[in-house]
Amino acid sequence: MNRRHSTVLGLALAGVLALSACGGGDPLDEEGGEEATGGGGGEEALVIGSANFPENVLLAEIYAAALGDAGVPVETNLNIGNREAYMLGLEDGSIDLIPEYTGNLTLYLNEAAEETESEAVYAELQESLPDNLTVLDMAEAEDKDSVVVTRETADELGLVAIGDLAPHAPNLVLGGPSEWRDRYTGVPGLKEVYGLEFSSFRPLDAGSTLTVEALLNGQIDAANIFTTDPAIAQNDFVVLEDPEALFAAQNVVPLISTEKVTPQIEEVLNNVSANLTTENLTDMMVQVQDTDPAEVAREFVDAL
Amino acid sequence: MIATIWAWLTDPANWSGAGSIPDQTLEHLRLSFIALVVAALIAIPIGLYVGHTGRGRVVLVNIVSAFRAIPSLGVLFIAALLLLPRLKGELAFELPSLIVLVLLGMPPILSGVYAGIQQVDPAARDAARGMGMTGQQRLWRVEVPCALPLIFSGLRSSMLQIIATATIAAVVGLGGLGRFLIDGQANRKYDEMAGGAILVAVLALLVDLVFAALQRFAVSPGLAPAARR
Repeated sequence: MNRRHSTVLGLALAGVLALSACGGGDPLDEEGGEEATGGGGGEEALVIGSANFPENVLLAEIYAAALGDAGVPVETNLNIGNREAYMLGLEDGSIDLIPEYTGNLTLYLNEAAEETESEAVYAELQESLPDNLTVLDMAEAEDKDSVVVTRETADELGLVAIGDLAPHAPNLVLGGPSEWRDRYTGVPGLKEVYGLEFSSFRPLDAGSTLTVEALLNGQIDAANIFTTDPAIAQNDFVVLEDPEALFAAQNVVPLISTEKVTPQIEEVLNNVSANLTTENLTDMMVQVQDTDPAEVAREFVDAL
Repeated sequence: MIATIWAWLTDPANWSGAGSIPDQTLEHLRLSFIALVVAALIAIPIGLYVGHTGRGRVVLVNIVSAFRAIPSLGVLFIAALLLLPRLKGELAFELPSLIVLVLLGMPPILSGVYAGIQQVDPAARDAARGMGMTGQQRLWRVEVPCALPLIFSGLRSSMLQIIATATIAAVVGLGGLGRFLIDGQANRKYDEMAGGAILVAVLALLVDLVFAALQRFAVSPGLAPAARR
């Protein structure tokens, strides 16, 4: 028994040490370290990253296709994680370009950000960016966070705007991504701006089937779903209005390492942004459900 | 880093209220124990049968190795997507995780029970037969007591694996210590993440100690390792 015991103890201690060692390091080092190893002719490839949800992957594929067509050597490193994770990748140079959203990026960089209207948010974003990062033109396409309920719930409780939830919230469960727990445009903001105190918050994957299923089946009553998510139309969900503009404008914008910007890259990406609208993005999101995002991106870029 | 983890672990705010350390630890233990009990209820009878009769040995050994190769996270997602639309309330979240933990917990128990019964001294078995004991009597009065050390070691390693793996339940929105790992990562709070990992390790060790104590009471002193030689 004693020998077995010390083995168990030893293993557990080794585990603790290994884990605390991980905690000190950079989580991107292990998985995200897909270094650009010479894209031919000694020119270093531009590494395009993406967050871990389908739309961002699609946008990254669109950037990759458009830049590739223009003869810029590109590599992709998709599905990295949430903003909290991939921003570290931009810092350490393991990625160079990523599709971003104006409002959330501004809030990430500057917690005191106040603007909510598209142009103003974009201006505020420009001010908040550190020197080593640059945003190019933003697209008209906008993918906002939203609070969504089922048609049934909306009718039953007479919900039109987020604020209408206030008297009912103590009996309701809110579902959303884990980062909503601490993010201002999440549980804290809903409480501060609309006075919503949900009976509980259930952390689920961002924009995932899990969230949609849980909302459909009543395990959660209100959910954070992105406005371009095809599930909203498919399930007749109701997007609650946001009169206080808690969720700021979220125009799609390319975020790139300043040192990687060239006039050519700028022109190509600005052209993509000029042609990207919320409608065609939502359409593409429907296609992505049963088609490879790279193919959908190809089609869009070919039609530019 | 060590200092911030320690600060997180000792912050009183993390020790009370909903979603606090005690809260998630209890939830973690609750899920783990349910999984262990279900796994034991399935695995022990099968292990006893195969060990006692010697029938189906090859099948059992192969099933045990096959089960060990099941990817927990994959099964969890498949189970969650299949069951979520079909079940109501909390069960829809808990059942997928329980299925994964039970699948994971069964192999060590199966092999422990089977090997334990199998390795009972043939002389003891013959003596029991010679005294005129029936098959049932031999199983319960001779084989099981003699096999207890190995049965316990199967249960203990099953429990360790279940506790360590129960963290993945957080991926599909359940509570437990995995919440600290998943939410900590999502919110860039690495102290919370590392603190959660340490709590899981400590919990696994403590529970193993409890099982060790139980084993000491349950196993006949005649079978204690020191007395064996």
